[in-house]
Amino acid sequence: MTIQKANAMTLSFRAAVVSILILVLFLGSWHLATSGTGTVQQMDPEYAKLMGLTATQGKSAMPGPLQVGATLWKHITNPFYDNGPNDKGLGIQLAYSIGRVVLGYLLAVIVAIPLGFLIGMSQLMSRALDPFIQVLKPISPLAWMPLALYTIKDSNYSAIFVIFICSVWPMLINTAFGVASVRKEWLNVARTLEVGAFKRAFTVILPAAAPTILTGMRISIGIAWLVIVAAEMLVGGTGIGYFVWNEWNNLSITNVINAILVIGIVGMILDQLLARAAKLVTYPE
Amino acid sequence: MSMFNNPFDPKRRLTSGCPCGQHRSVEEHDRASQLQAQEVAGSEDRRYENVVAGAVLRAMFPQDAARRAFLKSVGSATALAAISQFFPLSTATEVFAQAKPLEKKDLKVGFIPITCATPIIMAKPMGFYEKHGLNVDVIKTAGWAVVRDKTINKEYDAAHMLSPMPLAITLGVGSNPIPYTMPAVENINGQAITLAIKHKDKRDPKSWKGFKFAVPFDYSMHNYLLRYYLAEHGIDPDTDVQIRAVPPPEMVANLRADNIDGFLAPDPVNQRAVYDGVGFIHILSKEIWDRHPCCAFAASQEFVKGSPNTYAALLKAIIDATAFATKQENRKQIAEAIAPANYLNQPVTVVEQVLTGTFADGLGNVKKVPDRIDFDPFPYESFAVWILTQMKRWGQIKGEVKYADVAKQVYLATDTTKLMKEVGLTPPASTSKSFVVMGKTFDPSKPEEYIKSFKIKRT
Repeated sequence: MTIQKANAMTLSFRAAVVSILILVLFLGSWHLATSGTGTVQQMDPEYAKLMGLTATQGKSAMPGPLQVGATLWKHITNPFYDNGPNDKGLGIQLAYSIGRVVLGYLLAVIVAIPLGFLIGMSQLMSRALDPFIQVLKPISPLAWMPLALYTIKDSNYSAIFVIFICSVWPMLINTAFGVASVRKEWLNVARTLEVGAFKRAFTVILPAAAPTILTGMRISIGIAWLVIVAAEMLVGGTGIGYFVWNEWNNLSITNVINAILVIGIVGMILDQLLARAAKLVTYPE
Repeated sequence: MSMFNNPFDPKRRLTSGCPCGQHRSVEEHDRASQLQAQEVAGSEDRRYENVVAGAVLRAMFPQDAARRAFLKSVGSATALAAISQFFPLSTATEVFAQAKPLEKKDLKVGFIPITCATPIIMAKPMGFYEKHGLNVDVIKTAGWAVVRDKTINKEYDAAHMLSPMPLAITLGVGSNPIPYTMPAVENINGQAITLAIKHKDKRDPKSWKGFKFAVPFDYSMHNYLLRYYLAEHGIDPDTDVQIRAVPPPEMVANLRADNIDGFLAPDPVNQRAVYDGVGFIHILSKEIWDRHPCCAFAASQEFVKGSPNTYAALLKAIIDATAFATKQENRKQIAEAIAPANYLNQPVTVVEQVLTGTFADGLGNVKKVPDRIDFDPFPYESFAVWILTQMKRWGQIKGEVKYADVAKQVYLATDTTKLMKEVGLTPPASTSKSFVVMGKTFDPSKPEEYIKSFKIKRT
């Protein structure tokens, strides 16, 4: 037992060491690749004053890790500044994005889980709705955007709608699958004990299907977070996607890299939250 | 809003720290006075009265201590009465606040982050909207299609558009027909053809066969000017080269990645390509058509008719800002006001080079072209007619076009004439004028003949 534990310890320790090595190697080569200045061209000083550093000093257009770190520090220390409607701190932008994702996602949960139950419990509905689901599922969420803008007539609700429409399918399909594949014996036992339909759904089917449902929800939150960035780049205004677009507009790769990092971390946190929730409902067979 | 505090409060310091008494320190005062337009006004009478009274008090008592002693000894009510005796405060206030009641004060105006939008943007940080009693939020938008949709959805009350867009929206080209109006042009000139550095020896357009060009939108002056320029040099814009619509922010990145050979784009994109060393300015758009219109201030007919006073105030603010931007000496301070992240999000020197016309051309020369960009709010109807001829020439609209009618309905030159007079500017005598594009005179009364006279066309 102790030997096994020790082995596990050394394994995770060794993994951490390798992770850090990869990171250091990556940052080091990044730094080397971007630090070199090219040949300095001879320029009229008056002309040089009007040009950027890339043109005058042959500085790489790609920022180095130190530069990215410095801006990241600036964002972390001042995340909630508000300089008007088009320039808000990273924290505020993230709050907007997360707000939209949560709203769209909750709407999807409200629709997908009851509907999934219905499909899973009824062969007829399952077959009848199947063609619609199969056609709607593979549509790229952003393809909905022009239609949403045109019909909903509000860019904020359109973004929420796009989150909804793209996160509803994995949950729906997983719920239906989970409900449909509850073991026949359990249902038969419930029937023998004369458990009512409503009680059966909540005390037998729901706990049995919960792990599958949560897997669907976990896939959905990942998709929702992927989509929000693209949707906000399209409609603009607020959110982390808008931040990326605004900094792209300024060709500020440093800030774009920062945003990429933050998007990744938030996505990971959302995913881990649902992974934890999934662990709570798993049961040994 | 310390400016509107009660000047009769003996505890308040009117002059401490800075010369005008509105700021905590001299530096703050300097910064604010640089950014603020001359007069700032709200809309409530009370505010005006305080502003006027404050000015009178300051003139009477240049020393703050003396004013405070005076107010303390006689009381503010007596002081007000005493001053009213020899200075008609109420009349001064009335003169100051001469405006009809506004239907709506909080407005949203959309813009695309390019220097064409200068009047719309600068009116915010420099206080022109405030001066006309409006509380306007200027909202940056990702692209022209989104500006169009958000304006149609009424998320924006008015917006920055390309001058052909209101025509296209009204005619229902590229969207459902919705009656649109364009009461003001924002800028004239201010565009350029930029080519990748590797083409620096190919200055003759005849050698451009097979090039890939970018323009910001299909219904843009950029598209029509580039097509015109190419066609005049014998290059067919549809078969000899490729022209695609690319949003301005992506243009420099695409030029660097070698996806395109050049673009006819709004500034600061051209200057930014030079600044980053990826392109050079081949010609400025003023060399194709000097004083051509580019971007515009547009609003739906519904807004114009539904809130006429708000619309008038908004348009006056834009006309005022445009007049301010016309003066060369103001350009530097405008560049500083609109360059920050909240507006254009560009380095100040790039914006300054565009607005002052002293710029690096990307080939090692410093050029001085003061009218590289200029500002003139007047929407001549003949501009609309020319745009319509080009839409027809390139097959965007087909069949009969009632040139003069559409132009009159969309380009509200008469409104602009009236409002320009109200803010003390002299409007041009006629709402139509003839002009010259690449050496060829355009007669707005003969649009069909004009289209027929071109060798390369799609009709």
